[in-house]
Amino acid sequence: MDKYIEMIRIRFLMMLAYRTNYYTGILIYSINIGAYYFLWNAIYGGKSEIEGLSAIQMTTYVAVAWMARAFYFNNIDREMATEIKEGKVAVELIRPYNYLGMKTMQGLGEGIFRLFFFSMPGMVIVALIFPIEFSADAATWGLFAISIVLSFLINTQLNLLTGITTFFLYNNTGLIRAKRVLIDLFSGLLLPISFFPGWAQEIMGFLPFQGISYIPSMIFTNGFTGSEAVEGLIIQAAWVLILVIPVQVLWVIAKKQLIIQGG
Amino acid sequence: MFYISMFFQYVAQYMKTRLEYRADLIVEIFSDLLFQAVNLIFILVVFDHTEFLNGWSRDEIIFIYGFFLVPYALFSSFFNIWDFNERYIVKGELDRILTRPIHSLFQIILERMELESLFGAVTGLAVMFYAGSRLGLEVSWSDPLLFVVFVLGGVLVYAGIFVMIACISFWADARTSIMPMMYNIGNYGRYPVDIYNNVIRFVLTWILPFAFVGVYPAAYFLGRDEWYGYSFLTPVIGLVFFSLSVFIWNEGVKRYRGAGN
Repeated sequence: MDKYIEMIRIRFLMMLAYRTNYYTGILIYSINIGAYYFLWNAIYGGKSEIEGLSAIQMTTYVAVAWMARAFYFNNIDREMATEIKEGKVAVELIRPYNYLGMKTMQGLGEGIFRLFFFSMPGMVIVALIFPIEFSADAATWGLFAISIVLSFLINTQLNLLTGITTFFLYNNTGLIRAKRVLIDLFSGLLLPISFFPGWAQEIMGFLPFQGISYIPSMIFTNGFTGSEAVEGLIIQAAWVLILVIPVQVLWVIAKKQLIIQGG
Repeated sequence: MFYISMFFQYVAQYMKTRLEYRADLIVEIFSDLLFQAVNLIFILVVFDHTEFLNGWSRDEIIFIYGFFLVPYALFSSFFNIWDFNERYIVKGELDRILTRPIHSLFQIILERMELESLFGAVTGLAVMFYAGSRLGLEVSWSDPLLFVVFVLGGVLVYAGIFVMIACISFWADARTSIMPMMYNIGNYGRYPVDIYNNVIRFVLTWILPFAFVGVYPAAYFLGRDEWYGYSFLTPVIGLVFFSLSVFIWNEGVKRYRGAGN
């Protein structure tokens, strides 16, 4: 276990060395949030609420969805693709740790770094510029904390799955890009899932993506309260468990048919 | 003449290398399409809940997005200078460029083109015709002509802004992340600028004139006569910004001292 925690620490320190990048990153996210803020205000027009969310709740939703994204988002699928293409994965496989577990820990190190140096200061800045409503309820914050950890796990497992496909496809840059676009839409980052037409919501209910952004953001904005919030967490936890199966199965198959050239 | 023949030789060369890996090419075009589809879905879903966006109807917004895609596709096919700093300054590649017998900016455009992005223009036209027919817009004899002029104006606006940002690397060698920021600000131009507050509107019109890539020129075809003045400014703004950027570029190249070995 020690070595995994060490891995989180190293990744954290690595990110710290490049922290100047993050100041501009906060600005980029704020610009994005600003664009959506004006857009949503125009969409609301005079309406006091749409699908149970008021205009202020919607702004909060957009802000928290983007800031939470900084925590759960990582590029381990692209890192895996590079390591596999360059043959480095052979060395990784003989090292005394679980490759997938290690990648997850690296992602977590990055996530924790961004949470403290990006999301938190970013959220404060955004809250100063735009009208945002923070919940004063400790229970909401607690549920939200559990929820974003689960969304990190779901997103990471999907990244691992995409990364593993490099073993079979050799070149999957297009697939990685397509996956990212799909997650932005289906996870509820761009639009709360409750805004979609009924049939689309029903389909999305069967997909793991809503656990990435929609559920934590709804908990944060008090769109989900009480039993709804708990139900959301259960859905997330269930997906974390279900996704273990395809990841492990693909991983076993991939290792069997792995060919390393050179070395 | 020499420039034109150089251009086509590079295009031919590019096609050969890309068609070597067809599967990858197809996936890339597909993921571009997917990205455009997601933006459209966003508009469609939003208009399930509202009739008008500050007085603009769903089909008008879709039309503006379709128009935006055309200059944007041309821009991203030919002006891939977002990594100019790392690729050409830090690695000293610009030394090589400067030994070539054509203008340095043109040489970089040739080297970095990504013609597959042109598919975005096809999507854009399709989206425009779809929205246009729903709005009952009629095509008059002057429209295709003005369309070409406005699209070129939009491409020059985009190109001007991004070339100017690339020029920063001639003066400051530190890596900046202004480029990705600009791509995000560019997205503001896809929606009617009257939904933003006055400061942002001013910036999008006169300082980072992204509104001239989407809403202003598109307003002409939508028959919004209160915006016609801005529509016809599109090529002017494009020419001004692009000329300015080429001027700054030339000044920057004079200052360039080379890096690496």
